[in-house]
Amino acid sequence: MRWTHWVNFPVLTIMIWSGMLIYWANDEYSFTIFGHTFFRFFPDWYYNLLNIPHRLSEGMAFHFLFMWFFTLNGFFYILYSIISGEWRYLLPNRHSFKQAWLVLLHDLHIRKTAPPQGKYNAAQRIAYTSIIIMGLGSLITGLAIYKPVQFYYFTWLCGGYHLARIWHFVLTIGYVFFFLVHIFQVIMAGWNNFRAVITGFEVVNEQPKTAIETNNENEQA
Amino acid sequence: MNKPEKETTVDQQIKRRTFISFGIFGVYVAGVVGAWSWLYKSPDEVPGITGGTRAPLRRALNKTEIFFRRLAFNENHLVKTYPKELAAKKVRFNSDIGTEGVLPPEQWSLQVTKKNGQVLKISLDQLKQLPKTEIIYDFKCVEGWDQISHWGGLSFADFIKHFGLEEEAKMEFVGMETPDQKYYVGIDMPSALHPQTLLAYEMNDKPLPGRHGQPLRLIIPVKYGIKNLKRIGNITFSNTRPHDYWAELGYDYYSGL
Repeated sequence: MRWTHWVNFPVLTIMIWSGMLIYWANDEYSFTIFGHTFFRFFPDWYYNLLNIPHRLSEGMAFHFLFMWFFTLNGFFYILYSIISGEWRYLLPNRHSFKQAWLVLLHDLHIRKTAPPQGKYNAAQRIAYTSIIIMGLGSLITGLAIYKPVQFYYFTWLCGGYHLARIWHFVLTIGYVFFFLVHIFQVIMAGWNNFRAVITGFEVVNEQPKTAIETNNENEQA
Repeated sequence: MNKPEKETTVDQQIKRRTFISFGIFGVYVAGVVGAWSWLYKSPDEVPGITGGTRAPLRRALNKTEIFFRRLAFNENHLVKTYPKELAAKKVRFNSDIGTEGVLPPEQWSLQVTKKNGQVLKISLDQLKQLPKTEIIYDFKCVEGWDQISHWGGLSFADFIKHFGLEEEAKMEFVGMETPDQKYYVGIDMPSALHPQTLLAYEMNDKPLPGRHGQPLRLIIPVKYGIKNLKRIGNITFSNTRPHDYWAELGYDYYSGL
């Protein structure tokens, strides 16, 4: 479980970077309402800073290699979750959406107590399940763009080639936001929590001592 | 932090396991950094039919091509077509490598080299007499833009049949070049024989303009625009990959959709 997490980090970083090398070749997305353009994604200084221009073929070559690692890693994660039964801790249940709200209030220091939780709190359940669905979404929208003729059904599912590209782009922006929130939460959760993601002290976590600790410190939303 | 005071053995165990885990994690991080710098700094492939890409990435592109051709390519999967009204009136133009200026049609003929070395010279009128196939589809550029456009011409499969090139069509690749040989593409035979592949001489019901490959161009909807050669000068057949302009510059040879 935690291995796939640490595999995913560099792979996703490379996918986002190589995706930007590709996007640069035709950077047409902007945020426009009623004819007023609020912003175009990525100004020139941003591209130049990251040395992005004129690397389309390179970006594609990297993207089409690391897509395999991204896909396989996601596949193993889901497979492991199913076989190990970990999905039970991860999938939101019928209480999750109400509880997630309470977790949010707690994290914002509006509410004093957090609702009871297992390995992941309700907000984590929703966030971490969403990110897996987003990953699947990136795979499907990606295939819809990559082989729109052979995988025409994916393209159709995404609402056509244009929309598939936009979904693919939006999901990527979503990862960046997830990452920022995630990093903030990890810092807030403290060292012990971070250590657990590396060492995976599942045995220790089951001791009452750490169970309480998880309740108090694990503030990830 | 949070150490139980009496259970020193457990505490030691935690320390030990933390140490080991972080050691493994450190090795993993070093491995990732090492693998990345190896890949990023790996030298370019030896320039040949393909070029301009790091050698391991080119190997990956070629393997990926084989995977998707075997898994997904099906000549019955047709490219989506659109009603004529949706076709762009101003068709986007990207490049005129190999097709500068206008070539008087009387100075042009299509040269087809057969397996036995015989060269067919085919005029535009000969092609126009054969049944015309039209397609209105979403042309896709590797850069990321796409545009619905309308083309008319002779389907490549009909061309093969009419000029008795069945033996040639059993080979693995078709190569095409502009008359000045400045632009050239190689196409795998299944894609070339796809029912929507055209030798196009019309755009929006009019003869092709100079910038769009007058007098005859390739329209191959199962490929990115880079494979849609403008102004075909000659056609050859082979069992090895013919040279390809953009594959030499780092792009995927297959570039199939």
